Amino acid sequence: MSQHNPELAGISAYNQSKPGKRFDLFKATFTLPVILYSIFLILIPLIYILFLSFLKSDNYGGYLFEFNLENYGEVLNSTYITIFLKSAGIGLITTFICLLISYPFAIFLRDIPEKRRNFIMKLVMVPFLTNSLIRTYGLITILRKNGVINSALTGAGIISSPLPLMYNNLGIIIGMVYTLLPFMLLPVCSAVAKVDQNLLDAAEDLGAGRFAKFFKIYLPLTLQGAFNGSLMVFIPAIGYFFIADILGGGKAMIIGNLIKNQFLTARNWPLGAALSIILLLFTFVLVRIYRRIGGKLDDLGGG
Amino acid sequence: MSLSKHSHPLRKAYIAFVLLLLFLPILILVAFSFNESKLNVIFTNFTFDWYAKLFSNTDLLDAFKNTILIALLSTTISTIIGVLSAVGLKKFHFRGHGLIDKLIYIPIVIPEIVLGIALLSVFTLARLELGFWTVLLAHISFSVPFVITSVRSTLYALPKHVESAAADLGASRFQIFWHITLPLIWPGIVSGALLAFTLSMDDVVVSYFSAGPGTNTLPLYIYANIKTGISPDVNALTSIMLVITVITLTLSAHFQSKKLARRSID
Repeated sequence: MSQHNPELAGISAYNQSKPGKRFDLFKATFTLPVILYSIFLILIPLIYILFLSFLKSDNYGGYLFEFNLENYGEVLNSTYITIFLKSAGIGLITTFICLLISYPFAIFLRDIPEKRRNFIMKLVMVPFLTNSLIRTYGLITILRKNGVINSALTGAGIISSPLPLMYNNLGIIIGMVYTLLPFMLLPVCSAVAKVDQNLLDAAEDLGAGRFAKFFKIYLPLTLQGAFNGSLMVFIPAIGYFFIADILGGGKAMIIGNLIKNQFLTARNWPLGAALSIILLLFTFVLVRIYRRIGGKLDDLGGG
Repeated sequence: MSLSKHSHPLRKAYIAFVLLLLFLPILILVAFSFNESKLNVIFTNFTFDWYAKLFSNTDLLDAFKNTILIALLSTTISTIIGVLSAVGLKKFHFRGHGLIDKLIYIPIVIPEIVLGIALLSVFTLARLELGFWTVLLAHISFSVPFVITSVRSTLYALPKHVESAAADLGASRFQIFWHITLPLIWPGIVSGALLAFTLSMDDVVVSYFSAGPGTNTLPLYIYANIKTGISPDVNALTSIMLVITVITLTLSAHFQSKKLARRSID
């Protein structure tokens, strides 16, 4: 007996697997939770926003069931394009700075004895385990006008008026780098640690300098780790609206703020859904590239 | 052994500098929790006042209680679902297996804001009242995949014959799971559960969309008050949480080092 309802697919499958037995409790225990979970908490929510993105807003927070592509057309509006580009720019700069900080860290870490190296990696995890809003709040006490940096610099007479370190794009980038750096450090360090010392020794014997060693050995051999980290930094960096909100001041917007506003302030859910779908497709393209270069999905997310 | 093995002091200094950057904002928060002045600007006098005041700030304590409760519940539920799923996906092939095996990676790679609004939309569609329970559901939604991947890494390292040996000796499938499989994958379960706990404690974006106006979690409390100014009792609470974090991390250290050791063998 075949059932075509996808929700029942699992049930019909285990009926088939044990002929003569109608209900296999063991199989149900181990398959039903994942089936129900992935249908109700992943598949249906995603299909629903895809559906929403083709509807029309009634301008009062509801929507009209008129199937159309207008929301996607509106995304091409110049205001939105500007925010997309700016957001991508902030994401790329954040990713690049994280890479710049992480590679020397990972390479220098190779020389540290293993016991202490493991301890340092645990230290890297501590801020990673502290709520990102709490850390952003800590950052404010450092960056603001009368914050730690400006007080120290004016106190020492180095500057006469405080530096504008937040309420601008610089603030957003500092906040993103600080919040997301551990996501880059972890995969890059574990990739760099695996590079064979013999290769480096051989390169050195053949006269390779530091830069040659980096570009010809470290970089090609750790590309997957670097791309893993870049994914885990870039994707949040275009979505973390609270960092742009707090450190960027009122006007600075990234894609995350744009989507948030459509859902909560402008109450144009169909447009917000269309923006989310575009962001989602963009994410899938990045993951595709990651898998093309041999990256494993199980390695993502610092697990 | 080549000369490059010898660690240069400047290199050590760089590592120390990066660590300091990571810790500075947190350490400053902790320092100001002992500061007499209400403004987190200049350290005036040492005091424990903010720790005492913390216990009369019911809004903050309520938000903290919700945060911890949601983290504990979502960790427990996602760990159970995650363990069953990882074992089930390995043992059984059912219709839709391939699709589900792809779907479970989506919450790991998806921008949190997309998951947040997708869940908000569906909760609204299902007429669920936004609050504690919707936040819990949302946290389960993004935690389960991390538990699955963590358990999987230990599950695939299991020696093949132990389960069939137990079966030959007459153990039922539930007995095999309970007495053989579960103890062997325990390290993966613990690190998956710890990951789920920290993800829940750390979350801002998904909670923001699924909490509704009535329910507060600690991050939402901070977010709502950050622009008007936060009093140092939040610093005091942060310091307490930091201590909890360090304890959790020490507990996990045991399992992490086992996992690291296995990885370095590969």
